[in-house]
This record gives sequence, C-alpha cells and structure tokens, in this order.
Amino acid sequence: MSEFTPTVTVSADAPSDHLFRKLLRNPLAVVSMGYLLILTLVAVFGSLIAPHDPNLSSIKMILKSPSAEHLLGTDSAGRDVLSRLLVATQVSIAAALVALIVSLIIGVVGGLLAGYYGGFFDNMSSWGTAILMALPAVIVLLASRAVFGPSVWISMAVFGVLLSPAFFRLVYTLVRGVRSELYVDAARVSGLSDSRIIGRHILTVVRAPIIIQSAIVLGIAIAIQSGLEFLGLGDLLVPTWGSMLNEGFGNIYRQPTLVIWPALAVAFTCMALVLLANSIRDILEGSAPTQRRTVKVVPEVETTATAPAADVLLSVRDVRVGYSQPNGTTKEVVHGVSLDLRKGEVHGLIGESGSGKTQTAFSVMGLLPQGGNVLGGSILFDGIQLVGASEDVFRKVRGRRIAYIPQEPMSNLDPSYTIGSQLIEPMRYVLGISKKEAQERVIALLRRVGIPDPARTMASYPHEISGGMAQRVLIAGAVSCDAELIIADEPTTALDVTVQAEVLDLLRDLQQERQLSILLVTHNFGVVADICDRVSVMQMGTIVESGDVVDIFTKPQNAYTKSLLEAILDDSTPRGALSSTGGAA
Amino acid sequence: MIRFILGRLLAGLILVVVISALTFAMLYANSENIARRILGQQATQEMIARKTEELGLNKPLWQQYFEWFGSALQGDFGRSWFTGELVSEGVSNRLIVTLTLVLGATLVAAIVAVILSVLAAVRGGWIDRVVQIISVVGFALPGFLLALGLVLVFAINLGWFNATGYTKITDDFGGWSRSVILPITALALGTVSVVTQQVRGAILDGLNRDYVRTLRSRGLGLNKIVLKHILRNAGGPALSVLAVQFIGLLGGAVIVEQVFAIPGIGQLAVSSTVKADIPMVMGLVLVTAIIVVLVNLLIDLSQAALNPKVRM
Repeated sequence: MSEFTPTVTVSADAPSDHLFRKLLRNPLAVVSMGYLLILTLVAVFGSLIAPHDPNLSSIKMILKSPSAEHLLGTDSAGRDVLSRLLVATQVSIAAALVALIVSLIIGVVGGLLAGYYGGFFDNMSSWGTAILMALPAVIVLLASRAVFGPSVWISMAVFGVLLSPAFFRLVYTLVRGVRSELYVDAARVSGLSDSRIIGRHILTVVRAPIIIQSAIVLGIAIAIQSGLEFLGLGDLLVPTWGSMLNEGFGNIYRQPTLVIWPALAVAFTCMALVLLANSIRDILEGSAPTQRRTVKVVPEVETTATAPAADVLLSVRDVRVGYSQPNGTTKEVVHGVSLDLRKGEVHGLIGESGSGKTQTAFSVMGLLPQGGNVLGGSILFDGIQLVGASEDVFRKVRGRRIAYIPQEPMSNLDPSYTIGSQLIEPMRYVLGISKKEAQERVIALLRRVGIPDPARTMASYPHEISGGMAQRVLIAGAVSCDAELIIADEPTTALDVTVQAEVLDLLRDLQQERQLSILLVTHNFGVVADICDRVSVMQMGTIVESGDVVDIFTKPQNAYTKSLLEAILDDSTPRGALSSTGGAA
Repeated sequence: MIRFILGRLLAGLILVVVISALTFAMLYANSENIARRILGQQATQEMIARKTEELGLNKPLWQQYFEWFGSALQGDFGRSWFTGELVSEGVSNRLIVTLTLVLGATLVAAIVAVILSVLAAVRGGWIDRVVQIISVVGFALPGFLLALGLVLVFAINLGWFNATGYTKITDDFGGWSRSVILPITALALGTVSVVTQQVRGAILDGLNRDYVRTLRSRGLGLNKIVLKHILRNAGGPALSVLAVQFIGLLGGAVIVEQVFAIPGIGQLAVSSTVKADIPMVMGLVLVTAIIVVLVNLLIDLSQAALNPKVRM
C-alpha cells in the first residue's frame, strides 16, 4: 500500500548466473528462495495434491481439530483446512501475479516512453503518477469492488494500475540517467533505431532493479489482497488466504488455529519476497548488509620518548594512522610521523593529496573520519597525551585550546542554521557565557575578520553568503573560544586567488595578535613561503624533510622536496619569499 | 511564500477535482448494474428502470457529475441510498475515529523511528543489527496480520486489553487509551521500519559531513550535534517519507479497524462497498483525497520551515 517507493539504485548489470551463485552463498537468500520454490510448486500443483475437495462442506465435521483424515482440521463449514490452504495458495499467488503483471506493463512501458521521449509523455505521466499516489489504495479498491463486484482478479488488476508508479518512477529515473549517457548518444548517431536502443542499452540497465522491485510489489499485492479478502469482500466460492483469514477470524474464540495457517502463509511469503529483494540488492550494489564494524583500536602509546623542550606546544612522535577495511584488516596510511610545533610558530605541513598530512592533523584533534584510528605513537599537547585519549579529554581541549579551520568553507557550515547561531552555540557551551555576551563577541569577531555587516551576516544562512565570507566566518569560529593552537587544513585552497591572499593576511594578523601557534596543512609552497616559520614535507605517509622555511627553500636536501619546489616554479609565479629565492631553488 | 502556498493549494484543488471526476465516472458509469445490485437479481426490467430514474441515473454522466459537484461545493454530498444518512455526517463521524488512529500511529512511529535510528546509527553494534531486523520484519509483515497476532496474544490469551470495540476519548480517557493501543501498534510498525531505514541512513551520512567535524572541533559533544544538527538536516527527507506513509496508513486503518471492531471509515467503507451504496463510497474517496492533499501541503510547508533554502 504505502511502501511502494523504495529507491533502488543499481548500476551494474551482473550476469544472472553470477548473481544466482552469489545468492546461494547468502543463507537468508537460500531460505527465501527455498520457500518460494516450494510455494511455486504448491501454487502449480496445489489442486492436484489436495486430499479433499476444498469446498466440500459437512455438518458433521464442523471445527474439528487436526486428525489423520484432516491434517490441519476443518473449518466452520466442515471443510478440510489443508486442502483449502493448498488451493488458496494457487489463487492467491495467481491473483498477486495479475497485479504484478499489470503494474509492470503500465509502469515499465510508461517509464520507458516518458524517460526516453520526455515532453508530452512526461507531463501526462507525472500527472497520472500524482493522482495514483494521492489515493490510498485500499479505499480505491473498495470503490472498485462496489462497481465490479467481488472478483479477486479484477481487484488485483485495479491494484496493478495503482501500483504502477512503483515501476514507472524507477524506470523513468533510470532511463533519464541512461538517456544522457554518451554511449546512448553514440548509438543514435550510428543510426540505431529507438526501439533497438531501448531494447539493447536501456533494458539491460533497468532489468535488475525491476526484478528487485517486482519481488517487493508482489509482496505488497499479496498483503493487500489478503487484507481485502480478510474484510470479507472476496468471492466466497473461491478459497484464498484472505478469505480463510476472514473465516478463521470469525471463529477466533472457538478455534484460534484456523487463523494461524493462512496468516503464516501470508507472513512467510511477504517476508521471503522482501528478504530475497534485499539480498539481490546487496549483491548488485556490491555491499554486504550494512554492518558497520565498531572496532576499538587500542593504540600503543609511546611513553619512552624524551620530554619535549619547554617551548614546544605540540609534540608529535611516531604517529601511525590506519583505516580498518571491510575484510577486518587495517590499512596504514601514516607511518610514524614526528614533528614539533613551538609556541607562536606557524608550521607548514606540505605534501601531495594522499600523503597523509590531513590524517596527521585530524589525529591531533581526535577527529579522524569513520574507520580511522591512531595506531600508535605519541601526541603531547602541552603535557596532555592525546593518543588513546578519551572523548572527555578531547572535549576539554577542542575549541578552547585547539581549534580547526577547514578547507571547504561551504560544506563546513550547517545549512539549516544561521551563521550567528552556529558561532554562538559552541561559545556558550565551551566558555559558559550568556547568549547576549556571546552575541556581542561574535559581532566583534566577525568585524575583526573583515565582514562588513556582522549583524546581517549573523542572521544569514550559509547559502546566502559567498565562499570567501564563509571562510572568514569559519576563521572567526576557530578563534572564538580563544584556542592557542589552530589546525588549518588547506584554508585557502577552495577560494578565489584574490580572496586567498586576503585570508592569508588575516591569518597572519590574527596569529600575531593572539600569539597563536598554527599547524598549516597545505599542498602549496606559495602559502608556506607566505606565512610559515617552519615546514615539514610529507610523502606517502612519512615526513621526508623538516626544517626552517628559508633553509628548505634555499637548500632542500630531499629529492622529493626538490621536485615539489621545481613543480611550482614551472606553472605559476610564486609569491613573497619564494620569488626572491626562486633562482637559487 | 504566499504565492508558494497558493500554488500548492491550486494544484491540490485541481487534483481533488480530477480525482472526483474519475471516481464519479467509474462509480456511476454502469447505471443499470447499480440498480440491479440494489434491487437484487429478481428485479424486473421495469423495476430497474424506475429505480434508475428515481436515483437520477438515467441522465447523461456528465450532467450527473455537475449536479453532484454543484451540491458538493455547498457541502451537500447526498444521502445514503440505503439508510438515508447524510453522506457528510456519516463520513465525518467515522473519520474522526480513523484520523485519531492514523495520526496516533504516525506520531508514535515518528518518535519510535527517531529513537531507534539514533541508537542504531550512533551506537552501532548489536543495537544496529536488532534495529535492522525489526526494519525488515516490519516492512514485510502486513499491518493487519500484526493486528491479528496482537489480538490473539494480548486480548485473547492474556486478556490484557479490550479485544475489540472503541471507547470515545470524551467518555473515558483510560478506556480510550486501552482501546487504541493495540490498533496503533499494529498500524505503526510498518511506518517505523520505513522511517527508521531512512533516518538511520541520513544520520550515518550526516556523521561524515564536514560541518559535523567542524562543530566537534569547536568542543561540542557528538550527542548534542546528532540531536540538534544532524536530525534537523535529516528531517526534510524523513517528513516526505512520513507523508507517503500517512497515505498508506489511511488505507491500512480500514483493514486494521475491522480486526478491532473500531467504528471508523473502515466499517463504513466495507458496508457501503458490499451494498454498492455509491454516494457513500464517493464521499469516502473524496474525503481521503482531500486529506491527502492537505497532508502534502502541510509537509511542503514544514519542509520550507526546516530547510532555509526552500524558503522564499
């Protein structure tokens, strides 16, 4: 009834024998298929193997308990329950198939036409879908029963029409997607007729999702059909699961088991169909049933390292970061990184994407993405060991002592809240100040980071401001709780070139005003030259070279550092310090 | 904003008119058959002709529809052909009961689904697996079967609740809650599974969002972020799913009401259908279509309230 809108997104068209073999490895799928196979056999041969005439009533045999003669007992008219169940299976399944076939034909053909040709078909069918979706199916089926009488076949055909949006929307969406693919264009250019294209290229894409949807629709058809028949709206002469439910429910106080057999038949059938659909979908999407491993990794905290010098704020020693894989292993991406960040120092961490620099930065805040863990090493922040630290320890440090400036300004603001409320909320929580005080501070901060109309920006939503503005907001957020260490992850990469320079200037000014220490993650030597005091160069999860900025620029020791420096000289004019030393590099 | 609401209202109105016309055409097309259904198989041709004329079924279909539509605009949906009861009264009296059940089930389902999906997504582990199993079972099991099971176990074997019947909330609140608790449970489970799947996915997705990391970096706790920020952003899609579910629940209630002998539109629908009491059936279809349009409008408005980008 209501649930006929599961979104099935399957891209691959796996060969069906391959799919079948994979299904055999999934125990739930095997049980479901086994049940459905037996059900099919019963549906085909049910009336042949039934021991009695399902409609033969006998006054002497009313509501008898199970016996050798009547294995499941008899009902209130003295009819054999087992025979009725077998024949009912035949009728119920066949009627549900009528609904499935009708909805398949309307939905798939409509979806193909509307998706492929668009225009008129598109408008017509979107209205049709809206009308069908706006009506509760059961009410319409009751209305059709009032007109057409108690035939289960007609009501299932009507239900098929009502269910057709389930296929229509699926096929329509898929076809729209495929329609714009290059290979379909290529096929048209090469002169293939529309019907050939639909047959060859489009049907292969929609085939698997249609199979999944069919299983679900069949389940819904059986549920609704038995529900209607249960209401007593069916033809009394035709045994169905629903009419047996109706009969059993009428005698529920005298013989409760009567209701159980058809109820189990309906429940198991619906369940088997849904489980099978889920299994097929899991295989086609290449995803195991979404089981997330919450592996607790206990890192080897390195305590033997010599205590850092007094002016070192952050001391990272031999930090290793790994990601747990679906197969249970761990893939290490950072292999023992060490660096020291002194108070008031701007330390650049430079490397190509994938070198592990961002992972290193996230481990300092305890904010590695899902599946990521610090495997070992030591991160000492002002005497606090952060490797293996509890969430409580991190929460005392985050915001008030260590803050973060992200790379992509837009995605780092919650789209549903105003700028003001996103800035005020952490301040009130971390600093314990009143809303009014937080508001005043935010206004001052926004003005400080160069936002012309702070009050208006505070009332704005993220999508209403520019990227440059958003990055200023995030910088204001980072310093809003008076942190002493800022971790800036490519803070200028996503910005326009002119805005980049302004943001770097702002960072430098703030750093000097507040005596901030900054760990600046970047892939841009220009940025390093502009703002950093020291720099560490990372490659493939290790630091290959570390030192004073001027030293690295003038006398790079490592071959990789040299190649990085040469690379930027090739394609752009560096700024600041680099241009004066460029010839030497 | 006002233009947006008016636009939606107009689209809804057109939808209701189209649905009423289609339903009318379907219900009244075969006038001879209708008269025969009322009078029984023994009726003579003459009797059928007289009945057809009496009910105005001999006029052209479009004329019948416009007459019906004209009176409907003034709130007159005709009378039952059998009991003489006003359609408007008959439907609205029972609709209150059904809406109580459906709204109750929607509300319960929404609350339970949010709790389950937050637990499943944030805690993971065995809680997640149990919630996943509940989702599959709840999705596959037809609501009225669950209703049957509940009656068998709680009302017949344990005798905890009234098996059947309905107490008005104005008569006795305790009695009312006992009479709706099983039907609402039976109705809600399917919706719980569908909404839980949706919200759980949205929370898992949300946990990996950049802004969540940034909020955590400012010192906010994960639980607070999930409840305030992630759920808020998951709200829009969840509401759309809930709206589709609500439509389904209206139909599901028709069947579940019969299990518990609750005097909602289900009973009316079944008895009118069996007797071919066409004006009553017409009224029922129209009312449900109007409810659906109103619910969709309400959802659109809440979407706008939840998502600042939709606001105008």
